[in-house]
Amino acid sequence: MEVGRLPISAALKGKLVSAGYTSLSLLSSLSPSHLARDLNISENEALDILKHAPHDGRIDTSGGHHIISGAQTAWDMLHEEELLTRITTSSVDIDNILGGGISCREVTEIGGVPGIGKTQLGIQLAVNVQLPVHCGGLGGKAIYIDTEGSFMVERVLQIAEACWDDMLANNAISQNVHAGQVGMQPKDFLENILYFRVCSYTEQIALINYLDKFISEHRDVKIVVVDSITFHFRQDFEDMALRTRLLSGMALKLMKLAKKFCLAVVLLNQVTTKYAEGSFQLTLALGDSWSHACTNRIILYWNGNERYAYIDKSPSLRSASAPYAVTARGIRNNVSNCKRIKLM
Amino acid sequence: MASRLISEMGLPKSIANVFAARSIKTAKDALSLTEFDLMELADMGLAEVTSALAHISERVSPPYQTALSLLEQRIQNEQLAGHLPTGLKGLDEALFGGIPFGVITELVGPAGIGKTQFCLKLSLLASLPTRHGGLDAQVIYIDVESKFSSKRLIEIGAQSFPEIFYTRGMAQEMAGRILVLRPASLAEFTESLQQIKLLLLERRVKLLVIDSMAALTSGEFEHGASKINPLGWHISFLKIPIVVTNQVRSQSSDDTWRYNFQVGTRHRDLEDTSKYDSQLIAALGIHWAHAVTIRLILETISGERFIKVAKSPMSPALAFPFSITSSGISLLNDDGIEVVGQEISTIHCDGDYLIIKLDPQMPQ
Repeated sequence: MEVGRLPISAALKGKLVSAGYTSLSLLSSLSPSHLARDLNISENEALDILKHAPHDGRIDTSGGHHIISGAQTAWDMLHEEELLTRITTSSVDIDNILGGGISCREVTEIGGVPGIGKTQLGIQLAVNVQLPVHCGGLGGKAIYIDTEGSFMVERVLQIAEACWDDMLANNAISQNVHAGQVGMQPKDFLENILYFRVCSYTEQIALINYLDKFISEHRDVKIVVVDSITFHFRQDFEDMALRTRLLSGMALKLMKLAKKFCLAVVLLNQVTTKYAEGSFQLTLALGDSWSHACTNRIILYWNGNERYAYIDKSPSLRSASAPYAVTARGIRNNVSNCKRIKLM
Repeated sequence: MASRLISEMGLPKSIANVFAARSIKTAKDALSLTEFDLMELADMGLAEVTSALAHISERVSPPYQTALSLLEQRIQNEQLAGHLPTGLKGLDEALFGGIPFGVITELVGPAGIGKTQFCLKLSLLASLPTRHGGLDAQVIYIDVESKFSSKRLIEIGAQSFPEIFYTRGMAQEMAGRILVLRPASLAEFTESLQQIKLLLLERRVKLLVIDSMAALTSGEFEHGASKINPLGWHISFLKIPIVVTNQVRSQSSDDTWRYNFQVGTRHRDLEDTSKYDSQLIAALGIHWAHAVTIRLILETISGERFIKVAKSPMSPALAFPFSITSSGISLLNDDGIEVVGQEISTIHCDGDYLIIKLDPQMPQ
C-alpha cells in the first residue's frame, strides 16, 4: 500500500518519502519513538501515522491491540480462560487440585519414578479426551507419541471398556446415540487414538516439527501425549548444550501448538537424582533449564503405600497433593478401605 | 529414519546443495541443529530454513496408526497375539498372554533365586513347535557369566514336554535352535550385535535373552552414567520378546526416594541407617529402571520364593509364590497376592539365603 494514500498531511507524507518509507510495510515494525526521531516530528504525530500501518495480515477479531499485533488484554484472556474446558483425569481428587482437570492451551509435564503410573495417566487422558464435554472430555481425538514402547494396546482397551461401562452406568450415553458420536463402543475409543512410535531423538524432533501440519489436517485432535519426552535425550548426547537448545526448541514448538490449536499437551518425564542441600534428592530429568520450559509440572510420587500427585509448578494453581489409585479400570480415586488383600 | 540422506528428500536443489556443502548430509545432522544454527551455517533466511526443516521433518516423521489398527495387527499378524506364554498360568494372565514382543522384560533378584532357570525355560518354550505353544524359532542366549547349562536345559525339556523330547532327534533339534554367545566384554557384545541384528531381520530368531545385563555393563560405567543401553533402540521395533536379567545390590545412603518437597520425612530415613545394609535394590540404577518396560522381581520372603510383577503398563502388582523343580519353574498359586505401595519395588532376601550358594544346575 502506498504511503501517498495515507490520510495524513502532505507535509508528513513528504517527510516519510524523503526518509525512505515509500510503502507501508516498511512502517509495520517501527516504534513511534523511532519514527519520530527519523522524521523529526513529535511522537504523537508518529503514533498517528503508525495507526495506519498494516498488521501481520491477520485480522484480529478478538479485539487485539491495534498497534501491537498478537497482543490481548488480560480481560479478554480471562474470558477465554473461563470458557476453556478441561480434561478429567478420572480421579476426582486430582481433578480438584487441577481446577477441573488438565487444561488446554498449556503444556503440562508429569513426572515420576518407574511404575508410579505415568503411562497409565497418559492413556487415561487419551481415552478421556474423547468423552463428551458434559462427561469431562472435549469430544476430540488424541495423539499418543510413544518413545519407550510402553503403550500396551490391550491395556488401552481395558481402560476404554471401563470408561464406557462408567458412562453407561451414569446414563451418560443412551443406546440411541448422538449423530456426532460414532456409537462410542469401547473399540471406537481406540480408533480415535493416533499412535506414533518414535525410535530416536531425530524422529522425535521431526515429528514435533511435523505436528503443526498434521494437526491442521486433523483438527479434531485435542490432546497430544508424549511418553516420554526424556527417553531419547538421555541415551547418547555428548553435547549437553546442544541438548538444552534442542529441548527448549521442542518446548516452544509444543507450546505454540497448544495455543494455536487450543489443545492440551501432556509430556511424561522420568526422574533422576541430584545432589542438593547436603544429600541426594529425586528430581525430574532433563536438567534445570528444562524445568522452566513447561507451564505446569505435576510430580507423581509414593507417600507411604499410596500414590500421590503433587502440583510442583503452575502459574495459577496452588501447590497441593492429591491421592489417586491405578486400578484395572484405569486411574481412579484412592479409596483406602477398598484395598483387596488376598490371604495366603 | 534418522540417517536418511538429505539429497534424497526432494528439497529444492539450491538448498540441498548448500546443506551438502556444509556437511549436513543426513536428517539427523539437519535436525540436531536449531533454526538459528542452520541459518548461520547455511547463510539462509529464517523462512527458507523453516520450510526446509518442515520438509525434512515431514519425510522423517514416523507414520501413525490408530490404536485400533495396532490391536488388530497384534491379534492377526503377530504369533500368539504378540506374547510368549511362560507356561505359568497366573503370570501369563497378569501379562495378558505372556512376555510381550518388542519391549524389554527384566528379571531381577538375588543370586541363585532362579533367574537363569526362568531364562532356560523360556528359551525352550520359544524353540518349541507352534502346536505346543512355542514360537518355532531360534533363540539367542547371551550368557555373560557362563551360567548356561545345556544339561539342565535338556532335563527341563524332558520333564516338561516328554512327548517331544523322547522323540528321536527332537531334543537335538530343539537344543540346536538355541544359540549361546559368551562375550568377554561389552565391546565384544556390541560387535556380535551386528551379526545378531542380521539374524533378527531374517526373522529366524524370535527370542533374545541377556543373562545378565549387569555383568555385561559392570565395570564399564560409573554409577548414574548414560549409555547404559548397549542394545540400541532399533531392536525394539523388531517385535520379538527381549528378556534381560539383572543383579541386585545393597542400598546405600546415596540412594534416595524423596523429592525436595518431601523434606519433612527425610530425617526419619537418615536416622535409620541400619536398614540400609539389608535392603536390596536392582542394579544399574534408576535410568535403567525407566528403560525396561516390564520388571519381574524374584525374591524370598520367610523362606518362600515369589515372582512379583513390579512394573508393567498393563498389570497390577501381583506376587506369585513359585518353586524350582526338575521341569523348571512352577507357580504354587495362580491367583497372586496383591502388593501395594513401596513393597512393589522392594526386593526381599532372607539373610541365610545368600550364605548358601545355590548351584543353578541342581533343581530344588
